[in-house]
Amino acid sequence: MSTRTLISPAALARPRGKAVYWTVFTATVLLFVLAFLFPVYWMVTGALKSPDEVAQTPPTLVPRHWHTSAYTDAWDLMQLPRHLANTAVQAAGAWACQLVLCTAAAYALSKLKPVFGRVVLGGILATLMVPAQALVVPKYLTVADLPLIHTSLLNDPLAIWLPAAANAFNLYLLKRFFDQIPRDVLEAAEIDGAGKLRILWSIVLPMSRPVLGVVSIFALVGVWQDFLWPLMVFSDTDKQPISVALVQLSQNIPLTVLIAAMVIASFPVVALFLVFQRHIIAGIGAGSVKG
Amino acid sequence: MTTHTAERRPARAAAGHPHTAPPPAGAARRRRLADQARAWAFLLGGLICFALFSWYPAIRAVVIAFQKYTPGNPPEWVGTANFTRVLHDPEFGAAWRNTLTFTVLALLIGFAVPFLLALVLNELRHAKAFFRVVVYLPVMIPPVVSALLWKWFYDPGAGLANEVLRALHLPTSQWTNGTDTALVSLVLVATWANMGGTVLIYLAALQSIPGELYEAAELDGANLLQRIRHVTVPQTRFVILMLMLLQIIATMQVFTEPFVITGGGPENATVTVLYLIYKYAFLYNDFGGACALSVMLLVLLALFSALYLRLTRSGSGQEDA
Repeated sequence: MSTRTLISPAALARPRGKAVYWTVFTATVLLFVLAFLFPVYWMVTGALKSPDEVAQTPPTLVPRHWHTSAYTDAWDLMQLPRHLANTAVQAAGAWACQLVLCTAAAYALSKLKPVFGRVVLGGILATLMVPAQALVVPKYLTVADLPLIHTSLLNDPLAIWLPAAANAFNLYLLKRFFDQIPRDVLEAAEIDGAGKLRILWSIVLPMSRPVLGVVSIFALVGVWQDFLWPLMVFSDTDKQPISVALVQLSQNIPLTVLIAAMVIASFPVVALFLVFQRHIIAGIGAGSVKG
Repeated sequence: MTTHTAERRPARAAAGHPHTAPPPAGAARRRRLADQARAWAFLLGGLICFALFSWYPAIRAVVIAFQKYTPGNPPEWVGTANFTRVLHDPEFGAAWRNTLTFTVLALLIGFAVPFLLALVLNELRHAKAFFRVVVYLPVMIPPVVSALLWKWFYDPGAGLANEVLRALHLPTSQWTNGTDTALVSLVLVATWANMGGTVLIYLAALQSIPGELYEAAELDGANLLQRIRHVTVPQTRFVILMLMLLQIIATMQVFTEPFVITGGGPENATVTVLYLIYKYAFLYNDFGGACALSVMLLVLLALFSALYLRLTRSGSGQEDA
């Protein structure tokens, strides 16, 4: 089942090899628990402590009394439902925009052979060379005053949705996947009288489920994690996603309430990760090595 | 456009549909045009987004860098005044120094640690899923939450970091409050939060090394370190380089950690280039200066990106061969 790695199976089978293996294994488990799980545990339980207990030295490992009031306070005082809803709306819209526009464009570039298609693809791939964050100020100025129609998208979820569709990485991922779909399948459908949209919807998309899943997860997580762009775009507190609201409110809120809000803000993405961990982890390994 | 369709028609007709006789020229031309119209209709939405939010801002950054720009007023050309103003800002030197130090430290710490972790994980035959999920968990926690979490850990009073040091009877640290330690403390946060991705990608690369190479090396009498040096590293050289460049590009754009944890302090010890761009735009209302800085960052990062793209192109070419 397992292929040969650095250490040979024979060396591991020896008594000394076994002892070393189990020592290293235990040490690694301990390291992972302390380095990655303990901070998360500290956050979740920190919010359950009383304000006095959380500030005390030396700290308590387990909360003496379990106070859930920090969680309920965070929910009510920091208006978390509103900010969570804002984030969900922004993420869902960005996901939909990306899926519809990137899929359509990738399909056109891969299968419909538009004139100047290669130029367009080159222009899209060139944006991969320009890291998004470095262009955030001129992008902000563009969103604040759209050319030709002179409308401002500031404080509007569209300011998240539309730029999200300009995702060269996802578009390229989709195009490369579509490229592998054999032409004869599509031509057979065309002979049967299916239109281009029908072919995309009933043949290309069902065949592309894996790549659509990867693109979807990264689109959703990307919006949920983003900070600088929503910080610039949403000056109106009522419209802010949870990441921006957390930082804005962190100054004048009791520590336990802030920690509780942090736990609540992390919950949706962490839950998504735990549900889809198999696909996400496989996607990262496979996707990035093959470029 | 018409010349294009005319040029392409013979090729199409040759490849054309076997079941139909070639239609008269006029009808074929109309069909080609209709096909093109449909293709561009599919392309259009995405194209508008790219034009508006990628291409146009890139051009605009360069234009505004040479302008005095206040939203709502007509822009004025000011030559290189924005660049000279930005260059004479005392924070300019600090921001670049900090960003470069951050990048180098992130390479030293943030690269060595995941590399070693991946090497060890690849040898472990139990609890594989556990390790992969746990190492990636911090990546999934929103960066703002990780930053706030570590800000609390670094609190010199009741913070976890100093409590651990006290429990071990070690001297406590000022962490993000000390000018010497602030930047390193932020690198630790960034490493903790981001290394899961590096570990998983590197792990995937390690698994693609053919086992026979290790067997052959062992028969030649190579010990563990020699096997790492002469088999593991050369076999994954391409992925190592790619990950390094990606990490450089990512850390050169660091913003969330200094903004949330230190606010650029103490004494500008953690101001980064992107943070300075943000300050110029939203604190000083100086969009010309912000764009001048953006252009500098852009040129540098584009160089690294070009290198990365070259590598991935040639690398995937080798894989296919």
